[in-house]
Amino acid sequence: MATVLVVTSGKGGVGKTTSTASLGAALAQQGQKVAVVDFDVGLRNLDLVLGAERRVVYDLINVVQGDARLSQALIRDKRLDSLFLLPASQTRDKEALTSEGVARVMAELRDMFDWVICDSPAGIEKGATLAMRHADMAVIVTNPEVSSVRDSDRIIGLLDAKTERAERGEPVVKHLLLTRYDAARARRGEMLTTEDVLEILSIPLIGIIPESQEVLRASNLGTPVTLSAPMSAPARAYIDAAHRLRGETLPMTIPTDKRGFFGGIFARRVA
Amino acid sequence: MNVFNMFQKRSSAPVARERLQILLAHERAARGAPDLLALLREEIIAVVTRHVPVGHENVNVTTHRNGDVSTLEINIDIPNSVKARVIVNA
Repeated sequence: MATVLVVTSGKGGVGKTTSTASLGAALAQQGQKVAVVDFDVGLRNLDLVLGAERRVVYDLINVVQGDARLSQALIRDKRLDSLFLLPASQTRDKEALTSEGVARVMAELRDMFDWVICDSPAGIEKGATLAMRHADMAVIVTNPEVSSVRDSDRIIGLLDAKTERAERGEPVVKHLLLTRYDAARARRGEMLTTEDVLEILSIPLIGIIPESQEVLRASNLGTPVTLSAPMSAPARAYIDAAHRLRGETLPMTIPTDKRGFFGGIFARRVA
Repeated sequence: MNVFNMFQKRSSAPVARERLQILLAHERAARGAPDLLALLREEIIAVVTRHVPVGHENVNVTTHRNGDVSTLEINIDIPNSVKARVIVNA
């Protein structure tokens, strides 16, 4: 029986899809059977970030509407045997997602996997509320920046009100994933610190993903960063976060990339 | 711009933190408010109807926010005929 995890944020562009792909891959690398589900109907991108864009035949809406079986729509990752993608539809609009249909698909996925990770679209409309509807657990992706923190607060409110679990009176387990974090800028008082964000949102921290060039490189290649550069700072942060999702206790660190003296100088000058 | 200003400009994170804390306190209160008002309204009706028969449409509960203070306004319309009867009974 799977744990259903929604990766959500309210605000767009904070790293939901990257985090879904990286956490999904990290859990699969740890031997878990994982399905990642793209709920961003009309603007799908999880297929692209996972490098499966040319292998999509059927999608979530085909399965919801009964035009395809789940087994026909699931795409197995070429590199990780236990990682599967259920893509969103690129041509249909999200009105085609019925709540009964989504409930049926989620129930079927629960029986097949250890983890079902739902990549939520941005916003608080139907796509986002359907993505969180059946969640047991939520990862709220937040950048240390005012608009992202505000939107995360709004999404936390929705998770406490609009999910099946909330309606049963047992809250969704919420985790904060802080992404694009720059420890040096936070130290200089130029960026909200981890402590600031935690104090404002008051939900437990699952990981801190440092700002890194490897994240863009990974999406350029269509390979989750935990596979494309497993020793890089963001990959180690995602791998640790995946262990914590499984209930393990690890010390919270902000991994850093080793950089040579000249690399450091160069990076400062460009910034 | 002098050297002091340059350093001041750097520490923008505490400003962000304070703005967020104030904003979210208001937004969370606004999210909670409809439920609180509905609860107050039900309990006020229950208390009032022990003595005077009033319907849901006669009770109006609202809040107004003015600067640092919020006011809770409760309006209960009691039909004159009813009031007369209560006074006679008392």
